[in-house]
Amino acid sequence: MDLKEKLLELQEKGLKQIRESEDLKQINDIRVNLLGKKGPITEVLRGMKDLSAEERPKIGSFSNAIKNELAEAIRLKNEELEIKKTAKKLEKEKIDVTLPGAQIQLGQPHVIAQVIEELEDLFLGMGYQVVSGPEIEEDHYNFEMLNLPADHPARDMQDTFYITKELLMRTQTSPVQARTMETHDFSKGPLKMVSPGKVYRRDTDDATHSHQFHQFEGLVIDKHVTMADLKGTIELIAKTVFGEEQEIRLRPSYFPFTEPSVEVDVTCFKCHGKGCSICKYTGWLEVLGAGMVHPNVLRMAGVDPEVYGGFAFGLGPDRFAMLKYSIDDIRNFYLNDNRFLSQFTKRG
Amino acid sequence: MKVSKNWLNEYLTLDIEPKVIAEKIARTAVEIDSVKRPSEGLKKIVVGYVDSLVPHPDSDHLSVCQVDVGEEELIQIVCGAPNIAAGQKVIVALPNSRIADNVKIKRGKMRGQASEGMICALQEIGFSESVVPKEFVEGIYVMPEDAVPGEPVFDYLGMNDDIIDIDVTPNRADMLSMRGVAHELSADYDVPATFKHPDLKETSDEKIEDYISLALPDKTLAPTYSMRVIKDLTVKASPMWLQIRLWNAGVRPINNVVDVTNYMLMDYGQPLHAFDYNKLGSKDILVRTANAGEKITTLDTEERELKDSDIVITNGDKAIAIAGTMGGESTQITNETVTVALESAVFNNSMVRKTARSQGIHSEASMRFERGINVATVQESLDAAAELIAELGDGTVVTGTASASRLEAESTFVDTTTTHLNNVMGTELSETQITKLFQQLGFTVTTRGSVLNVEVPARRWDISIEADLVEEIARIYGYDNIPSTLPTGEMTPGKYTYKQKLIRQARHILESAGLSEAISYGLTTEEKAGKFIFEEKDVYTTNLMFPMSSERTTVRMNLISGLLDDLSYNEARKSDNIAFYEQGRVFFRSEGEDRPVEIEHIAGAMTGLFKLANWQSDKQPVDFFMIKGVVEQLLTQLQLTDDVTYVASESHEDMHPGRTADVYLKDELIGFVGQVHPNAAKEFNLKETYVFELDLQKLVDAKKEERLFEPISKFPAVTRDVALMVANESANSDIETLIKNQGGKHLIDIHLFDLYQGSHIESGMKSLAYTLTYQDTAKTLVEEDVTKDFNRVIEALKETFKADIR
Ligand SMILES: [Zn+2]
Repeated sequence: MDLKEKLLELQEKGLKQIRESEDLKQINDIRVNLLGKKGPITEVLRGMKDLSAEERPKIGSFSNAIKNELAEAIRLKNEELEIKKTAKKLEKEKIDVTLPGAQIQLGQPHVIAQVIEELEDLFLGMGYQVVSGPEIEEDHYNFEMLNLPADHPARDMQDTFYITKELLMRTQTSPVQARTMETHDFSKGPLKMVSPGKVYRRDTDDATHSHQFHQFEGLVIDKHVTMADLKGTIELIAKTVFGEEQEIRLRPSYFPFTEPSVEVDVTCFKCHGKGCSICKYTGWLEVLGAGMVHPNVLRMAGVDPEVYGGFAFGLGPDRFAMLKYSIDDIRNFYLNDNRFLSQFTKRG
Repeated sequence: MKVSKNWLNEYLTLDIEPKVIAEKIARTAVEIDSVKRPSEGLKKIVVGYVDSLVPHPDSDHLSVCQVDVGEEELIQIVCGAPNIAAGQKVIVALPNSRIADNVKIKRGKMRGQASEGMICALQEIGFSESVVPKEFVEGIYVMPEDAVPGEPVFDYLGMNDDIIDIDVTPNRADMLSMRGVAHELSADYDVPATFKHPDLKETSDEKIEDYISLALPDKTLAPTYSMRVIKDLTVKASPMWLQIRLWNAGVRPINNVVDVTNYMLMDYGQPLHAFDYNKLGSKDILVRTANAGEKITTLDTEERELKDSDIVITNGDKAIAIAGTMGGESTQITNETVTVALESAVFNNSMVRKTARSQGIHSEASMRFERGINVATVQESLDAAAELIAELGDGTVVTGTASASRLEAESTFVDTTTTHLNNVMGTELSETQITKLFQQLGFTVTTRGSVLNVEVPARRWDISIEADLVEEIARIYGYDNIPSTLPTGEMTPGKYTYKQKLIRQARHILESAGLSEAISYGLTTEEKAGKFIFEEKDVYTTNLMFPMSSERTTVRMNLISGLLDDLSYNEARKSDNIAFYEQGRVFFRSEGEDRPVEIEHIAGAMTGLFKLANWQSDKQPVDFFMIKGVVEQLLTQLQLTDDVTYVASESHEDMHPGRTADVYLKDELIGFVGQVHPNAAKEFNLKETYVFELDLQKLVDAKKEERLFEPISKFPAVTRDVALMVANESANSDIETLIKNQGGKHLIDIHLFDLYQGSHIESGMKSLAYTLTYQDTAKTLVEEDVTKDFNRVIEALKETFKADIR
């Protein structure tokens, strides 16, 4: 047998071993064994010294080719076994992915806070500031500055928790308007504000009445503010809270601090105006009160009604939430039943 | 105010569906309560003639009646009404008829006697009891004699009318009358309204001066005060047309005198009062304020004690009526009355309002006096009433009107401009359009250059300033026609203040930590208000003057007790695992002050399990360190400059003395955290409960770290562990402080990784184990650098805490 045949035999044998090897250790042994310094190929090549100078390089390159082929076969086999090994390991690691995930305990904001935040975000984006005022208010700000003198008939409309003759639990967020107007520096630009907060009425709690609820007040005072601006702003509120397809209608109403005063209805979002039990078959839901600020209110706050004017609106986040989520009892908001609160996950 | 379509038809022609008219009113004037046709939903209810009746053989109160209902044969109906009698025309609900509340009447038997239907009371066919004539309240209604048996009753009773119930806002008192509503609809639809005016015949040869002399020393009590006298009257029931008008307006018919005054009240909006002249006891009528304690028995038979702010009508001596609210019993109209003194007046509105409030009489009259009266029709309504009373009672009107005061009806003139109206509305109406709209309203416009001088008639006394004109034009033009825009003008930044941002941030941190937001009541009991307070100065409760319930008397001074109420509410509903937080105001009053200061607080309360056991991990009950972790996380996130420390505190009455820590920011107390005292928890029906409350304002005011990037060390950190046994009383915070102080400049972190107290070590002792981490930003630390610092710590621990180092 000449060297070439020996090499071919080694090649064939080696390839067979490689093919038949079953694990990474075996293939490693084969590599060391076949291609190592003490391996059979090296052994065979020792016989090269007996070859002619002509044949030597031929055999040399022939043996190199075989070595490379074997090395490549080992590499491929190795790769294949690695993949198999990983697959086997992963197979063992298989889990039931339908088991529940780890508990990540997250709290959520109160549903009323969510309504308020949504509205705040809307108005911040339009350049309004958010202003808060005292919950215990002076009669002066809660009533008088809002064009409601002591014997005004409309005071009947609000039953008030008094603390002293002059101090009371505010019945509306509107006093914040009066306070802000008084201090606003109109030389620095228009006044655009919203004011959310708690208000109190001397009411007996039942499904539709609560002695505590929230209001969200808005006010814009500038040199040229129109009822059309009020209408557009209210439309935005309706669309933001109740959905883009909402229409609004304005109806005349009466508030002492605005003239003209309007009541605003939105299309009933349950029946889309066709009429249903929620809207009492009118197709409309009353959602807020608004109007153009009464000149007396401007004057009392030290703002010249000949130069400035504007609009104000007030809405009830409680009522908004009740309408939006079909909540039928206002007491739910303040009893804080976890089964109630947890229904309003943040972006649900 | 219930507006009858039939009545309206007298004043203007509107061939429009009542529901459509109602919608128009809602969009241009005032709210609508309801639109109803009284006969709607009723059927087969006809006139019957009671031909004969016999007592029911097996009942002592039923009658068996033979009734003619226009058919060939009489039908038999069993009737239980006490006032049933032969010869009466009655209301019969035939078999298969439908009466009020959708009730179906069937043929049947009553105690063995066949009954082919039912003889009805007015209430049974939908009348409110408050409008049923008194004599028919307890029994069936007796129809007019000319009613034809078998015909439906509806037209006889005015039930085929349409009633639009309008909800008049306080500013539109002009719409508290049929004529006012007609004027409004005339403007809304641009159709003319025409009104009849009285054609009074003063046929008596006597003069009013022979009967009455009025005195009104203080004319501010009644700017207009007039009387007429009608004599030789017969008081009896009013004719059907008048009774129908009244009950459809929601008023009970009484007699032809009182009914006329109520009719004029509804028609003109002018309250009138009729006195029995012969019972006045004097010709001299004096209008004055009452003497404090003066008494009068009013029409409702109640004896009332008066205040000196009440206006009374007197016979010179005794009060005979409370002005504008209710008449007196002694001079009321009865069937014996033959001469009537009829009063028409305008009383001081705020005084009437006070009286109505203090006496609790909110009558149709007082409501109108409070809101204002059309000065233009005070005399006209008096004349119209006198005329009608005389006509219906076959009497005569004494010549002349006695007047103690008289306000002349004057128009109001208000200036505006087309530009101003358009500027406020955001419209582009022409002067012609605007003038037309004013004309529709019945206002006369005189143009002077660009100024529109608008003459507003006295019947619209609500209008006095330019803004009122804007409203009139806007609503008649139609709010639907006004465009939608957004305010233009100078740009303004819209952003939260620092405080608002911090509050929002604090809420979000707590939500991320697993606490849900609660909003509790701001009013509570005095006892609960006073719990869990950590103010360093003395603070006092703020109480309501007239609370509605004993549960809500006092403004809260802490948030925790509200949260405990919430937890308690949940616990009672088997919801045991709760983690809530609340952000809101508390109210602290200083001694001698009326007004409390309002401070933003934030608080949390946790009870039960924070995490339930699941397939992967054990349950995790709430404990002190969990809620403390929440507080720590909150304060860490706020990046306070000064150190926060937790100091064991036994001073909170309602807190567990061994499981409560005051939270200090440097030297300032900012709140506390701990377990609610088991006794206090029990008061709320709660099990083990942990709470914290912090003064947010102090956190707003606190110094914050400048946020600067800190270079990350390229050199490795070295750690050393130390385990030590110390007495139980040794506080971790003291040990950590010592380690920190003695740790050297390379010590960057101390981490407690183990705590053991128990049977494996000496009692009274505990074992603590810390990992100390050392690092330098400029070089790799070598063994010696750390060992020296570490050993110094060990020595200090041994010396200070008698620590046994392991
Ligand atoms: Zn609907």
